[in-house]
Amino acid sequence: MPVARDEAIVLRTNKLGEADRIVTMLTHRRGKTRAVAKGVRRTASRYGARLEPFMHIDVQTFQGRTLDTVTQVETIDALARPICDDYDLYTAGTTMLETASRIVAAEDEPAVQQYWLLLGGLKTLAGKAHTPRAVLDSYLLRSLAIAGYAPTFTECARCGAPGPHQAFSAPWGGAVCPQCRPPGAAAPSIEVMLLLAALLTGDWATVDQAIVRDQREASGLVAAFSQYHLERSLRSLPMVE
Amino acid sequence: MSTKPTTIKDVYEGAVQDLIDELGRLPGVGPKSAQRIAFHILDADPADVQRLATALVEAKARVRFCDVCGNVAQAETCQICADPRRIDTVICVVEESKDVVAIERTREFRGKYHVLGGAINPIDGIGPSDLRIRELMARLQDGVVQEVILATDPNVEGEATAAYLARMLTAIEVKITRLASGLPVGGDLEFADEVTLGRAFEGRTLIGS
Ligand SMILES: [Zn+2]
Repeated sequence: MPVARDEAIVLRTNKLGEADRIVTMLTHRRGKTRAVAKGVRRTASRYGARLEPFMHIDVQTFQGRTLDTVTQVETIDALARPICDDYDLYTAGTTMLETASRIVAAEDEPAVQQYWLLLGGLKTLAGKAHTPRAVLDSYLLRSLAIAGYAPTFTECARCGAPGPHQAFSAPWGGAVCPQCRPPGAAAPSIEVMLLLAALLTGDWATVDQAIVRDQREASGLVAAFSQYHLERSLRSLPMVE
Repeated sequence: MSTKPTTIKDVYEGAVQDLIDELGRLPGVGPKSAQRIAFHILDADPADVQRLATALVEAKARVRFCDVCGNVAQAETCQICADPRRIDTVICVVEESKDVVAIERTREFRGKYHVLGGAINPIDGIGPSDLRIRELMARLQDGVVQEVILATDPNVEGEATAAYLARMLTAIEVKITRLASGLPVGGDLEFADEVTLGRAFEGRTLIGS
């Protein structure tokens, strides 16, 4: 079947030749895939705007010998507009796209849960009901959980001793009890641990009530946890304020 | 290490491959084009090739970036910054020198430029400190500039860069405008035709208050 039609979120674009782009997308059914969009950098192209990062699209591709080509594209949700109009949304959103691209490492292998999580995350980000950082932190924890690195913020990640505990170790997967605590583990307060649990479960009432100092500390721990399990560090994360 | 003796053929193949590799690193040149250009050069008259090589080396040696605006220049300041007929009160901020060329073609703009050297692109590791934003802020300190036109590309990176600049500039007493919509979103500014770009300049919109 040379033609495929799917819903997708545009993860990134790269210039190709004079006026084309290679578009990397996370599709609903096919997982991560790449396709050439011909002539989109020229003025006459009507596709260009629809194939920008963050766009939620309905896309048709033609299977080529080396790379697929975009033959048709319609906008489902123009998420790029609200996200790039606000610099804080942009840096948080870009980190979400980079994370999705990294976690869904293989091309053309379905990643349905990651697809819905990213779509939901970007829509929540664009909706501006919560701080961009909280949306990003929640996304990072859940994305890693789907990928098999579910953190624990209550019982001990090593021995299962019921929590809450006041020690956190990224290599061991989250909360650690006083017996299992490795040297150099972070020592967050109970409030920060509860906030992290709320970010993981999407308990926005708790997240939105958190004080700024706890939010900062939780973000630092989420960053440490993400960077550890993603092996290579995310380039865009340090640019999130 | 190869145990094969080095023959004339090996050296020849190496030189051709080096040429193809170097050409292939140029923007917009794929492996096939690189090969085509390489064999064109090999077929060409030695004098023509020498002229091309001289032009490359001379351009690299003599062309520099304007100390004021970051545009390509042959001296410390570019022709536009040095031109007394250009208005000092308006600065148009663009991503690349080629955008200056595109805007100059419209003949709509009589002010000066500021070339950022790209757009904010976190996935590629390009943040605000990698662009000439500090230099822009420095140019606005003396209060001469009344308006800053944000003419970054109408795509995600360009819009986000404009959003960042607009936020930085709110601290300064200056009118901030953005090129009017009508420019193709997702496109490069350099591809916009004169009429569209000229219209976008005339209808530029105020950002913030
Ligand atoms: Zn200059």
